[in-house]
Amino acid sequence: MRITQGTFSYLPDFTDEEITAQIAYVLGNGWPCSVEFTDDPHPRNNYWEMWGLPMFDLVDPAAVLYEINECRRAYPSHYIRLNAYDAGTRQTTALSFIVQRPDEEPGFRLDREESSDRRIRYRLHPYVLDRPAGQRYV
Amino acid sequence: MTAFDMRGPAHDDPPHDGGDGPPQGGGDGPAGDGAEPLPEDATVDLAQERAESHVDDVLDVLDAELVGLAAVKTRIRQIAALLLIDRLRARFGLSTTPPNLHMCFTGSPGTGKTTVAMRLAELLHRLGYLRRGHLVAVTRDDLVGQYVGHTAPKTKEVLKRAMGGVLFIDEAYYLYRAENERDYGQESIEILLQMMENQRHDLVVVLAGYKDRMDSFFASNPGMSSRIAHHIDFPDYTDEELAAIGDMMLRDAGYALGPETVQVFRDYLRRRREQPRFANARSVRNALERARLRHASRLLAGGGRVGREQLTTLLPEDFLSSRVFD
Repeated sequence: MRITQGTFSYLPDFTDEEITAQIAYVLGNGWPCSVEFTDDPHPRNNYWEMWGLPMFDLVDPAAVLYEINECRRAYPSHYIRLNAYDAGTRQTTALSFIVQRPDEEPGFRLDREESSDRRIRYRLHPYVLDRPAGQRYV
Repeated sequence: MTAFDMRGPAHDDPPHDGGDGPPQGGGDGPAGDGAEPLPEDATVDLAQERAESHVDDVLDVLDAELVGLAAVKTRIRQIAALLLIDRLRARFGLSTTPPNLHMCFTGSPGTGKTTVAMRLAELLHRLGYLRRGHLVAVTRDDLVGQYVGHTAPKTKEVLKRAMGGVLFIDEAYYLYRAENERDYGQESIEILLQMMENQRHDLVVVLAGYKDRMDSFFASNPGMSSRIAHHIDFPDYTDEELAAIGDMMLRDAGYALGPETVQVFRDYLRRRREQPRFANARSVRNALERARLRHASRLLAGGGRVGREQLTTLLPEDFLSSRVFD
């Protein structure tokens, strides 16, 4: 099951040229970029690991793509996303999209739990979380 | 780049021939930008290509702004020619390995190394070799960290900032400290080498410094020497060249030398050269700055009415009171 998080997630995966074009747009707006990765695909997992510090004062997309590629090399089968932060008026993430995903995404299971008064609570359980961190995608 | 596309229609036919195209492309594979290679018997107008790249604008500025430095200018022209021809080769589908443009500028202070690096960045940008053409000038402090694990991110950050442009490392020999083998400079050099090799399409590294110290730096870092294709030496300026530089600076600042001052200024330059810490064009600039100070005080002390003539003309006493003449 292909997970859809962030911008462009319903489109086919971007090529490096397309990613470069997005980075060029981001840098043109003066937004610093940062690269993050995770192996927990849960949609409520907001805290991805940072790949290095956010990158300020860059002018050329190649520099950001370089860091993405370094991260891909270190974590060839993790989810990797690129964030752009608008430090101007909005003070929030302006653009965030996935630049790498595992070859195989096992998807989620819906757990039902009966609680008091026959109420049902639902829980989304990613199958990969059954395996310990670091061994989730091979 | 639009210039490329505009020439497309003239060669519209070959692509429609279908199967013929790819085999005669020379087997080098597509140039990467997706444009159809020109047919084998096509010709392009060199003069027009040259005009379209606007490379001559930069070269002319280089000629006009920099006095002397004939060898440096020749090398820059050669590089410009190579890049222009490479661009044409790419349009014929010929293989073009992007040239290695990392450079080493050696010479005394004030011989124009930084200025040439700035022009070079602009030139490479015009020729499409660099995407941005900005210059990031750094020294050892910007690259080398202060504790374990600090150097690599610091060096990488500077390199990333320079991508798409030129990284100018002034006094690069300070990166390597022979007397301390655990110095973090070595780590910085290794990252630099790695990036110069792997990202060489993204940035041009220019090392600069005194000739003798750069030579010993390269002697202890053979890997660095072999990755730098162009070693350009900036000779010291002659007295005539320094005088010409001074004239140019004065003209830009809206000053002029009085008739008797010309000889005094030459005399000043000759004496200044004998003194320690002579920095070629930079010393000229400083001398002129001080002359302007004396000129201004002299006018104020004199009082009375002054005209355009007095406001722009430097007189011998503006130079003669310098300690160079003691």
